[in-house]
Amino acid sequence: MSQTTSNAADHVHKHRDDFGAKMGMWLFLFTELILFGGLFIVYMVYRIQYSTQFHIAAKELSISMGALNTAILLTSSLTMVLSVAAMQKRNKMLSVIFLVATKVFALGFMVVKAFEWGGKIGHGIYPGSKELANKENGEIIFYGLYYAMTGLHGLHVIIGVVILIFMLVFTLRNSINPDNYVKLENGGLYWHLVDLIWIFLFPLFYLLH
Amino acid sequence: MAENNEIHKHEHSVGYGYYVLIWLTLISLTCVTVAVAGLNFGSYILLIAMIVAGIKSMLVINVFMHIKFEEPVFKLFFALIIATLIVLFVLTSFDVLFR
Repeated sequence: MSQTTSNAADHVHKHRDDFGAKMGMWLFLFTELILFGGLFIVYMVYRIQYSTQFHIAAKELSISMGALNTAILLTSSLTMVLSVAAMQKRNKMLSVIFLVATKVFALGFMVVKAFEWGGKIGHGIYPGSKELANKENGEIIFYGLYYAMTGLHGLHVIIGVVILIFMLVFTLRNSINPDNYVKLENGGLYWHLVDLIWIFLFPLFYLLH
Repeated sequence: MAENNEIHKHEHSVGYGYYVLIWLTLISLTCVTVAVAGLNFGSYILLIAMIVAGIKSMLVINVFMHIKFEEPVFKLFFALIIATLIVLFVLTSFDVLFR
């Protein structure tokens, strides 16, 4: 009986609105979709204009590295959703393990990305390079978009990792617990968005042949 | 109050296996796009790649992002944002193609 009273008292002091929290997160994610959507429109317009040059430029990109990163990101999305599922099933330890696994995959993604960008920069292909300036306009635009879009996506991966580190700290401090895990869900939503954007980036940049 | 909150909370406790199944589908679909890109389908490659990407994103949004289990208002908002993006893409492509 006293339990119920204290719960009711808690409710008065701590106003909780999971629906509102999720709605807020989704509204933010919509602005992210519009942000990347705008970049995809720029890509579409230039691809229509410089179709053949886009194909030539894309041959320099490694399909295997792109595919590897796709697999890594999809797997990280799986571990993220499993982390939330474990929390729902009141298995906090398992939730933490999956959360850490998600971060490990995210770092793996960034390592592959670093090798990829490093290789390109090593070959003198980066915005403003002499090598690139000698190429056709369409190829310059392709690499401009490649660096801008995968760069912005990479930035989102880094922000995602920071958010997930906060989620880990919240979980360890019991601020995220099996009765209140909306923060973990929202952090997960951000992470899935990062995955979602890569699903489109991968075929558009790597699979032109 | 607290009990009332519990009732209204959506307890869509889905098994781990279901998520693993979706993940396997996503990985297979990735293999399909990579395989198709290696074949000589010409301009159809883009179309196939975009259809596969569309299916993959729908799986991620519905299952991983839980839109399937959310209240209708989330689905409505999401449909609106996708419709807006499609309108922008179609109108821009018409402008570029038939100018």
